This record gives sequence, structure tokens and C-alpha cells, in this order.
Amino acid sequence: MPSSFRGLILLALLAFMLAACSAPEAPRFNAANMTGVEYGKDLRMQDADGKERTLADFRGKVVMIFFGFTQCPDVCPTALSRAVAVRGMLGEDAKKMQMVFITVDPERDTPEVLRAYMLAFDPDFVALHAPLARTAEIAKSFNVFYQKVPTGDSYTMDHTATSFVFDPTGRLRLAVPHNMPPELIAADIKTLLATTR
Amino acid sequence: MHRFVTATVLSLAMSLPAWAQVSIDDPWVRATVPQQRATGAFMQIRSAVDARLVEARSPAAAVVEIHEMKMENDVMKMRAVPALDLPAGQTVELKPGGYHVMLIDLKAQVKEGDVVPLTLVVEGKDGKREEIALDAPARPLNQPMQHQHGKPHKMH
Ligand SMILES: [Cu+2]
Repeated sequence: MPSSFRGLILLALLAFMLAACSAPEAPRFNAANMTGVEYGKDLRMQDADGKERTLADFRGKVVMIFFGFTQCPDVCPTALSRAVAVRGMLGEDAKKMQMVFITVDPERDTPEVLRAYMLAFDPDFVALHAPLARTAEIAKSFNVFYQKVPTGDSYTMDHTATSFVFDPTGRLRLAVPHNMPPELIAADIKTLLATTR
Repeated sequence: MHRFVTATVLSLAMSLPAWAQVSIDDPWVRATVPQQRATGAFMQIRSAVDARLVEARSPAAAVVEIHEMKMENDVMKMRAVPALDLPAGQTVELKPGGYHVMLIDLKAQVKEGDVVPLTLVVEGKDGKREEIALDAPARPLNQPMQHQHGKPHKMH
């Protein structure tokens, strides 16, 4: 091995060790750390009142985004109920958490349905919708999968059940699996609120 | 709170077979908002002998299916299944994250506290069918995740 190359490796190692020592300990999370991944950069959709929304509207808050549909009997209400529980655990910091529900079924999830659905959980929750093509683009920008599956004369939706968490500066930070309990999510959100500046 | 509901058993055949022992525990339906056309019903089913849940009906919905929910790589997939095995003496749970009775094309909003009538059709090994009528109260849409009672059951 040429000595210059060995020197390079040594130097890199030294730099790594220095960085590891001098940097304040990186926050640890229960959910998957997505820091550095750029999902949903171009998120622009209408809320149930017809107002255009982007992530910038929620600066200063931790934003948790979930993709779903209201005809869903199971994971979607469970994810939203969990978000209600998380807010409850945050106490005073609840006002620094914004839950956002993005419908993957805009044909059936009209603004009226979405508004009523959010109210059934928490009047502070925001539901976003867009025409089909735009919905597909946005889901793709989150690496979210969904598809219509016919059942009887109707259809249901397969969809990613991960919740995505953005820090108060609007950076994607966490991917929360569907089965993570609310106390672990609340702890992560507290960490984000304490460490983001 | 743990409620026990004994189901009324209406036998199709005149002579009620000795094995006709199916009990339904804690049935509930998730309430809906206006214009929401579908929801799920949950319960625990226990059959004294090997049997299968082959059909469900309700006057509250045009279409009623038995559904299985599965997670694959954190993608939620929900599918109709032709039948749900009810092994003898075992409690089979229909609960969020597993099986449910799917009510599609609801005729009206299901409000919290409403009672949704359901009919389950259970088939024994001999092919004989019995119908079980039950009333499932509607719990709020935001009914939180439930604590597991009993072991999760896998169908084969
Ligand atoms: Cu279903």
C-alpha cells in the first residue's frame, strides 16, 4: 500500500475521532433518524378550508405527517389517536406539535369529510388534500407508497403507515413506524424541541 | 372495562346441533363522521368446536366483508378473506391491527353510542351453518389503541 494512501486513512481516522469528541453528543431517538434526508421539499396542498399550506406555515413547531384515508377502519384512526395521546403527553409543549394528515384518497376524502374527521380527533389537526396527480407527486416525494385495491364494488387503499416528523426549522428528522407507542414518540419530540435551534 | 355479551344463536336448521356453541365477546364498531362510507367492527369470537367464520351481514351497510389487515414494510394492506378459522376453544380476536368485519357503503353515519346489528355466519366442519345475531355498540372514532387481552391468533 502506498504510504501516501495510508497517511490519508490515518488522517481521516484522526478527523473522525476529533469530530466525535468535539461535537456535542448527537441526540438519540426512538424513531428512525432521517436527518439529512430531504422528503417533501415541495409540499404544497390545500387544507379542509381551502387554504394553501406548506411546511413553512408550521415553523417553530414539530410537524408530524401521516398519509392515510378516512374510509380506513384501522391504522389511520389508530395513528391519529396516537397523535392525540402524544399531544397529551407533551403537556405545555403540545402547542409546539402540529399533526398533519395527508389523504391518499382525495376522490372520497372531500374537504367536508376531512374537516369532520380531524374534528373527531383534535381540532388542531390539519388535513391536506390535492388532486390525484399532485397527491401522487407528493407521496413520491416522501417515498410513500399507496395504491387502490378493489374490494366488492368499492375499493380500499394500501398505504405506507409511517409518520414523518419535521423539526421546528422544517427539516425532516424522523420516520416513526406505525406500531411505536406514543410515549416513545413524545420523548423524541421533546428531544427535538430541546435540541433544535 | 370488560363487557361480556352473549350472542343470540339462531340456528338455520330446526335441530340445533350440540356443537352450536359460539360466543362473542366485546363487540364494537368504530363510529364515523358524516359522509364516511366505511368502517370496521371488532370483537372476540370463541367457538367450542373447530369452525370458520364464513360470512357477516349488517342492515347498516350494503356490503360486509371479513378483512385481514397486514403490515408489510410498514405498508398497511387490507384484504377480504374468504373465511376466518375459529379453532376449538380458542379466542379469535378481531381487533385493530388484525382482522375486522368491514362495513362498506354505510347507509347512515354511525354515531357514538349507536348500536349496529350484525349477523355472523359460522360453518362447522360438517358444513352446517349457524347464524349468530349480535349488537355492536359504536365507540368513538378516536378510540385509542387497545391493550391486548389474550394472545394474538394466527390463521393457517
Ligand atoms: Cu377493512
